[in-house]
Amino acid sequence: MTLIQRRSFLAGAAASLAPLPAAAQGTIELPFANGTRPLVQLPGKRPMIGLTARPPQLETPFEVFDEGVLTPNDAFFVRYHLSQLPTSIDPASYRLSVQGHVERMLSLSLEELKRDFPVQEIVAVNQCSGNSRGFFEPRVGGGQLGHGAMGNARWTGVPLRAVLDRAGLRAGAVQVAFKGLDKAPLKAIPDYEKALDIDNARDGEVMLAFAMNGEDLPFLNGYPLRLIVPGYYGTYWIKHLSEITVLDAAFEGYWVKSAYRIPDNECACVAPGGKPDSTRSIGRFNIRSFITSHADGAKVKAGPIELRGIAFNGGEGIARVQVSPDGGASWQEARLGEDLGRYSFRQWSLALPLAVGRHAVKVRAYSPDGTTQPLEPLWQPAGYMRNVVETVTLEAA
Amino acid sequence: MMRTVTYIMAGAAAMLGAVAFAQPIDLPVGDVPVELSDAESEVVVNTCSACHSLDYITTQPRGKGAQFWRDSVNKMITVYSAPISPEDADAISAVLAKKFG
Repeated sequence: MTLIQRRSFLAGAAASLAPLPAAAQGTIELPFANGTRPLVQLPGKRPMIGLTARPPQLETPFEVFDEGVLTPNDAFFVRYHLSQLPTSIDPASYRLSVQGHVERMLSLSLEELKRDFPVQEIVAVNQCSGNSRGFFEPRVGGGQLGHGAMGNARWTGVPLRAVLDRAGLRAGAVQVAFKGLDKAPLKAIPDYEKALDIDNARDGEVMLAFAMNGEDLPFLNGYPLRLIVPGYYGTYWIKHLSEITVLDAAFEGYWVKSAYRIPDNECACVAPGGKPDSTRSIGRFNIRSFITSHADGAKVKAGPIELRGIAFNGGEGIARVQVSPDGGASWQEARLGEDLGRYSFRQWSLALPLAVGRHAVKVRAYSPDGTTQPLEPLWQPAGYMRNVVETVTLEAA
Repeated sequence: MMRTVTYIMAGAAAMLGAVAFAQPIDLPVGDVPVELSDAESEVVVNTCSACHSLDYITTQPRGKGAQFWRDSVNKMITVYSAPISPEDADAISAVLAKKFG
């Protein structure tokens, strides 16, 4: 290490001793070993579960998912990869550039985006690939998240297809790469950049969103513009979107070629502790469901219990949700709530009579083609895509 | 850290525009966890916190073994180009394995 590097490292260490601007508001225990987390409040957010400070990573306290089918902006999870995120963005001088294998390079202001392109809305879940990683057994390295790295919002923006059409794709365009204003602390670290196949990019659903639940995006959720890739894991949902590059060859960057890889088999899984023979890029969500009305270990009055929860998948839509009052021995059909579209959380509810005693209540969702969740957890080395049937133990008295 | 300061200064200049988020937001840098506040952890604190807060370390599962921490340090060097000398890499790996292995 050179002297200059050493000095900047020491400066970093000194700065790390500075008081936290985030107001710590007690702690919360996630239900796995080493799961104590601070409750912290960052700009634009209510107190949330702090995973890391720099770059900031926050997860949603789980009870928020029982507040409604849309996740409030001030409780929506935050995930960054690289620590040099902007701390201010002037919407007047902000520009989105479209470049690469196109007929015309574009440099679009926010005003032009909102004025010159069709504006559309979609309700869609965003979920971190590593949501629920802390529950993996054996444990795996990475962000030790509970179930709060997901959220559902109504996104407003312009279809990516319209922007690409304006630029004009040249023959031979195969992928589109996306980069935001968040940068690495060292020049040698690859910028956070992801790519989509051209057909996905032009499907009319992938969009550039400037609003979330009817308001400007919160800064920490990608203000002033983020990529929305309905049905796909959050790794593709580039925040503070600033550069779109059309490519005539497959993207070779680190964040696609080496990171966010899953076992290349049907279950995207290997035996616990094992290694995959080959891998592919992570893609769409698998199917999940949760009970939101009761926490694990909740005490309830014996008799009919009104259970509520949510279910979602990668865009196939939720056909059925079933609840088991007896640890999986029998299953009952839940009633589905309002359909906000196939990419949204779908609420469900069920009145369940519970006798005095302990009850392991399980929930599982089905896609129209019969795909459901596994009763035993699947495992993979990176800790992505957990979707085991969840269980909440209720004590009825 | 110098670059953080630069961003904040740039933010202050942009503040003249006085529109949403033209004013810089205040973000945490992270503190030194109790587990890493002793003398032998100095090399960890000084090196790792140049790029990320130290809760990245302390929230990892315990009992993964010394190789888990050696691999983590190696990844920072080979994948993320962290300028860490071989001696420091050894020292950091040893401290992390001892405290969190």
